[in-house]
Amino acid sequence: MAKLSLRNLNKTFAPQVVPLKDLSLEVEDGEFLTLLGPSGCGKSTTLRLIAGLEQPTQGEIWIGDRDVTQQPPGDRNIAMVFQSYALYPHMSVYDNMASGLRLKRMPATEIHHRIDEVSQFLGLDGLMQRKPGQLSGGQRQRVALARALVRRPDVFLLDEPLSNLDALLREQVRAELKQIFADQPTPIVYVTHDQTEAMTLSTRVAVLNEGLLQQLDSPKRIYTRPANRFVASFIGSPQMNLLSLPCQGEYALLGRYKVPLPQPIRLPEVVLGIRPEHLRLARPGETLALALQGQVMLVENLGMSDLLSIQIENTPYWLRALLSPDQSWADRQISLMLPSESLHWFDPQTGDRLF
Amino acid sequence: MRQDSLRQREQRTGWWLVAPALLFLILIYAYPIARSIGLSLFSQNLGTELQPVFTGLSNYSRMAVDGRFWQSLGNTTLFTVLSVLLELLLGLGIALVLNRSFRGRGVVRTIALLPWALPTALIATTWTWIFNDQFGVWNDLLLRLGLIQTGVNWLGDPNWALWTVIAADVWKTTPFIAILLLAGLQSIPADLYEAHAIDGATAWQSFWQITLPLLLPQILIASLFRFAQAFGIFDLIQVMTGGGPGGATETVSIYIYATIMRYLDFGYGAALVVVTFVILSLAVALAAWGLTRLRAAHNLGDSR
Amino acid sequence: MTQLSPRQSSRSPSSRSNRRAQVVWMQRLGFGLAIGAIVGFSLAPILWQVLTSVKTTADIAAIPNVYLPRQFTAEHYLEIFRRQPFFNYMLNSFLVASLSTLLCLAIGTPAAYALARLRLPGESALLAGVLIVTLFPYILLFLGLLELVRMFGLANHYLALIVPYTAINLPLTILVMRSFFQQLPRDLEDSAKVDGYNTLQMLWQILLPLTLPALVTTGILAFIAAWNEFIFALTFITRESMKTIPVAVAQLSGTAVFEIPYGALAAATVVGTLPLVVLVLLFQRRIVQGLTAGAVKG
Repeated sequence: MAKLSLRNLNKTFAPQVVPLKDLSLEVEDGEFLTLLGPSGCGKSTTLRLIAGLEQPTQGEIWIGDRDVTQQPPGDRNIAMVFQSYALYPHMSVYDNMASGLRLKRMPATEIHHRIDEVSQFLGLDGLMQRKPGQLSGGQRQRVALARALVRRPDVFLLDEPLSNLDALLREQVRAELKQIFADQPTPIVYVTHDQTEAMTLSTRVAVLNEGLLQQLDSPKRIYTRPANRFVASFIGSPQMNLLSLPCQGEYALLGRYKVPLPQPIRLPEVVLGIRPEHLRLARPGETLALALQGQVMLVENLGMSDLLSIQIENTPYWLRALLSPDQSWADRQISLMLPSESLHWFDPQTGDRLF
Repeated sequence: MRQDSLRQREQRTGWWLVAPALLFLILIYAYPIARSIGLSLFSQNLGTELQPVFTGLSNYSRMAVDGRFWQSLGNTTLFTVLSVLLELLLGLGIALVLNRSFRGRGVVRTIALLPWALPTALIATTWTWIFNDQFGVWNDLLLRLGLIQTGVNWLGDPNWALWTVIAADVWKTTPFIAILLLAGLQSIPADLYEAHAIDGATAWQSFWQITLPLLLPQILIASLFRFAQAFGIFDLIQVMTGGGPGGATETVSIYIYATIMRYLDFGYGAALVVVTFVILSLAVALAAWGLTRLRAAHNLGDSR
Repeated sequence: MTQLSPRQSSRSPSSRSNRRAQVVWMQRLGFGLAIGAIVGFSLAPILWQVLTSVKTTADIAAIPNVYLPRQFTAEHYLEIFRRQPFFNYMLNSFLVASLSTLLCLAIGTPAAYALARLRLPGESALLAGVLIVTLFPYILLFLGLLELVRMFGLANHYLALIVPYTAINLPLTILVMRSFFQQLPRDLEDSAKVDGYNTLQMLWQILLPLTLPALVTTGILAFIAAWNEFIFALTFITRESMKTIPVAVAQLSGTAVFEIPYGALAAATVVGTLPLVVLVLLFQRRIVQGLTAGAVKG
């Protein structure tokens, strides 16, 4: 079908629009790209630029070999699923799905054929004559999806399509979404602030913050090798521990402990990152050089594990660690291991990843 | 920065959508005012055989010494101030009552709305009949209650005529104010009153410390609307008294209408229109300025 | 109160609750009286006119007043239709009011949409203008309009009323419809754009069905204003058969100075206000909604 490419997109400030700074990325056929970031990061702006609902201040948008930057939304052959679903309340489900096709003057038999196919696929057969007001939230969401699918667009755009569903339904629909879009031979761009959705659905994730692309990578790499301090702290729950430590050539100093750096650096300070789930108890007999002694100050029960807040002895530093809930941790003195393969190092000035 | 043609296309459509409405507004509002300003510099009356003759500002200097103009301006001011004040008081009372929930509130609200919807010219005949000196029911009621000994000629007595007209206007337009204030009352969150009551405030204190301050913007907006309407009052007075007796109820609009339609003095009539327009604009600008100041103060108070 | 003996403590709540019941009862009474006063204030003049219209001429002119008619008569109603082209007046008013209302909605709604959504340059100036214009009394306009009417030869022509009535209702239409458009979810329009609707198609096929309630509300307000307008109708229409209700009824009272036909006048008032009373009864909620949307947004 057609590749979607964004070239140096810029959107300067306009009323009700989050600005965007020099965004370039490509989405291949069949690729599921998620734009992930906190609210106000520019992810929705990007989606609206692709759709043509906003105009870029600078830059170009290409679908295949067409420059669509100046085209109105209706001419771009895209389909979009909105957070609120945006179903036309006065039209039946069938007419909602047919409206875009009719505008393209598609023959009625072809329209009927396509709608039949999609509605069977999504299990909407019995609902075709209902109005959106007579549907449940989950059904509306499906109709919105169906309306996008019948268009057979060059690009699918989805704007937080799960956020209006309740938690239980959301997980179920998330799995369905993955199946539905696995078969679509087009670029799919998905916007969310929910990292679980981003991780489970996407082939690639673009993390945005304050209008700037932070990292564009596979979900796995986003988690295992965050490109900077922002991505490190935004991805993963509970949050990664990030400690600003003084630096001494080959070591970072965590109180009296020396944490070895992969390479010597010439910085007075360095930021050490370690995810709570990667901290573990020191086993008896392990070299105690890297085992930190600490006092458990707080225990939060998360069900499958306990989240401990630990103060490292003789330092002002706190670490949070996920440990098995089979013991009682409260007020205990424990020793923790920092596995060197799970450590992340960031430049305290730029926030960029060092190693 | 590149010009975005999509936006331009959208805006061009926008202007096409606005254009017809704009055309109507210019034709019916802007043109007549502009035309009056122009015409006010000419004499065009029976003396000039209805031909326009340029006379500069002479219409305005004539106005300065025109006692009838000043009297009509005084009448208009009195009428406006009194009727708007009375309407505010009554309207606030009605709004407060209708803001409470009770069975049949919808019906009472409909009844209270009724006077506003009826044609002023017809209502004027109704009130003329009620205040009729011989057969009027108002005199009859007062006589039966022993409040007066003989019937009063309400519309024929220069001391009473303006009050009578004001009474009719108050009846006709109080519902408008009541509705606006009721909407304002309903937008005040109930938990404010609850919090205030928990603090130990009485209903009376709540009214002064919560209701009135929060209602002030609505009160000002309603007064602004009503002020402009009352200042230009025509139909009610034209039908009830025609400006009489002896000019006791002649407002500026009645005078303008007579100048143009009865005396055929178009130039002077135009000058009267212009002066009325200026006075009204100044008053409205003042009120609007006050309103913005008040809103700004409110917003400050919220953010603090 | 120093010490409460058990007996006192058991008695005092009941006496207190008695007093409270009294207070509640008094409040109820006062509230009931207030409602009664509102109803009386609003209805009495109308009721009096209705009563007058069904009284015999002798009862009308009786001193002291006869309150309830001793004998009902339809004489005055028959008279206004017999002696005057009253049916014509009604038709004229209906024609002028409904046509100007439709025209106003047709012109004002697209403008309201553009002002709500299309981010036109100079939009706020335009809105301020629309708002200010609502404060102009018609007396300021009638001289200029009189000239226009003469210039286009529209005297005694329905257009001489339809065009001004359309214009005087435009500001309210624009303000009310704009606030309704602003309340519509934006996603719906975005979705329509992605589907390929252009602005006009979107307005007509997607938004219009959704704003139907708002159109009804605005239309009722416009219709009432047009039905009630007096000064333009008085000035631009002089032919008897083309007069509208307010002018015709007002002039009925001026026909005979010494013997004003009060019964006929009352009947005419009742007939002339009846359509509006029906409108208010049917659409009270919408009228209130429209009035507040028009004024409070400003």
